[in-house]
Amino acid sequence: MPLLEVNNLTTYFDTPSGLIKAVDDVSFTIESGEILGLVGESGCGKSVTALSLMRLVPNPPGRIIRGEVKLNGVDLLTLSDVELRTIRGRHIAMIFQEPMTSLNPVLTIERQLTEPLELHMNMTRRQAATRAAELLDMVGIPDPEERLWGYPHQLSGGMRQRVMIAMALSCDPELLIADEATTALDVTIQAQILELMQDLTSRLNTALLIITHNLGVVARYADRVNVMYAGKIREMGTAVEIYREPKHPYTVGLLNTVPQVDGPLAERLEPIEGEIPDLANLPAGCAFQPRCRWATEQCGVDDPPLVELTPGHLAACWEHALVNRGEVVA
Amino acid sequence: MTQTALASAIQQESDGADESMLEVRNLKVYFPVLKGLILQKRVGSIKAVDDVSFKIMPGETLALVGESGSGKSTTARTILQLIRPTAGEVIVDGQDLGDLKGAQLREVRRRLGIVFQDPVGSLNPRMSAGNIVGEPIKIHRLHKDSQDFRDKVATLLETVGLNAGMASRFPHEFSGGQRQRLGVARALAARPGLIVLDEPVSALDVSIQAQIINLLQDLQQELNLAYLFIAHDLSVVRHIADRVAVMYLGKIVEITTKEELYANPTHPYTKALLSAVPVADPILDRKRQRIVLVGDIPSPMNPPPGCVFSTRCPMAIDACSSYVPELREITPGHDTACIRAPGYGDY
Repeated sequence: MPLLEVNNLTTYFDTPSGLIKAVDDVSFTIESGEILGLVGESGCGKSVTALSLMRLVPNPPGRIIRGEVKLNGVDLLTLSDVELRTIRGRHIAMIFQEPMTSLNPVLTIERQLTEPLELHMNMTRRQAATRAAELLDMVGIPDPEERLWGYPHQLSGGMRQRVMIAMALSCDPELLIADEATTALDVTIQAQILELMQDLTSRLNTALLIITHNLGVVARYADRVNVMYAGKIREMGTAVEIYREPKHPYTVGLLNTVPQVDGPLAERLEPIEGEIPDLANLPAGCAFQPRCRWATEQCGVDDPPLVELTPGHLAACWEHALVNRGEVVA
Repeated sequence: MTQTALASAIQQESDGADESMLEVRNLKVYFPVLKGLILQKRVGSIKAVDDVSFKIMPGETLALVGESGSGKSTTARTILQLIRPTAGEVIVDGQDLGDLKGAQLREVRRRLGIVFQDPVGSLNPRMSAGNIVGEPIKIHRLHKDSQDFRDKVATLLETVGLNAGMASRFPHEFSGGQRQRLGVARALAARPGLIVLDEPVSALDVSIQAQIINLLQDLQQELNLAYLFIAHDLSVVRHIADRVAVMYLGKIVEITTKEELYANPTHPYTKALLSAVPVADPILDRKRQRIVLVGDIPSPMNPPPGCVFSTRCPMAIDACSSYVPELREITPGHDTACIRAPGYGDY
């Protein structure tokens, strides 16, 4: 049994400009200890997917219409709020993009780290404080005993994100969701934090869901990758399959449009023409079809389902047999 | 005015200029650190930009790369005289901007355009696209009458790939990529010779980034523009720059041509920056040498003695914490500020 099994998850938002299908019939699994990447551009539904897993979608305007989110076989969407509270932070933890808005500015680091330990792990304040110092040490914060009594504003952005990781891993969750956790950081700090997350999750055998728009980050760390566009998963496979043999035109477009620091230098970047569609007003058929160079008449009528092409490699494209990256890299 | 007319108008002003479009000499920008609520005392200074020099030729792109606090944006703003330098010179078309005031300064400044990072925050939501793009034309009185103004705005919009009919729309009616196109059109409006691009694509989605990069490249070729391209990572820069300067804590630590920088980086910070950017290919990326720097960027209020990078440098030796390495040419056209770099010489 996979650690997490998501079936037909569908989350809509009621907005003045119409119904927005932010997450539309999304299914995937995460195995225990695995690193899964969820990639896509703004508005593709990757963050709403993560929030839906934890049932954190603000309602109204958001509504989880249907679907199942099974953690070790238990459907989180059917639990009561009280039951769910024993899951959040304990079994599934989450790190967000902006550590300053996730940390409470008026509480010490100690209070913020000990709270989940007291709540979920039945520790006394003293035990929790000892554990909190160990956690800070684990995430590479110098002078942990002293830092405990500091406030978030006294830390740099990278250090704050380390505190967030310490907090997220404090109750030894089975799944850690990192939603653009390093996007706001400088590149050298970003590299530090990603290495730290990879190292810790593999040591603690925690599964990691990396949500990002950065294809490089996913290539470096993920075992498997889901590519989302306009609310749906359009392709899923192992990292090597997605990068070396992409079968969805959007994946191909993304890969060819990213500037690289290494490898052969193209004369010009190859953009994906057009704009990301308005979610309240999606084109008929396949949502990517107006920007797709392989589009046929059928694509404007029928939305292609996600089909398995080779074991574990799925793509939602009528023309998948024709899709390729063009000149192959190294 | 047609597109070619715009091109020739810009060309004319650059004519006869074998000289650099922009030269920055020993630029220093120090910000005072004040203490006390009422009787403020100066207790120190932040050396945001510390002795920076470079040249940009017409039609050339120099990229200024560094992380937050490296002084890259302060350098850019000082060039535009939005911040007055503490010391040093900014020379545009052979004129030192520090000597100029009022109308004279305005005239030279016309030759400098800027595109900001945030396409939302840099456009006034209450102005129509046409008025935003045309504002520099009005300020510098480059139009004959209102018809001429509208024509010029229409040409600008078309130059950046928008419809002339969009002039009456407001910023919220445009997508992120289109807003950045408006920013580019505004920067072009006063017929500049150099455009400062302050992280122009980092707020955009990847599929839109490439559209803007390609637009900038096309405009450069057509109009022989010089670019100062500011970026925080080295991947986009590789596609647009001719030369690259890497900044750290207010100083240029390495400056050379793009080809040389990516093939033979010599400063340990440049190497770390290159390795920090993951390559979008799992097989290639996992084979690459990875340098993960320890620690944070030091506070510019209290920089370390010796080489500013020495506290995080995997190559540092004892001498690094006492000797301040100046930028030296180690091979023709390749300057680096690291005593450990091969060919650096005595220290």
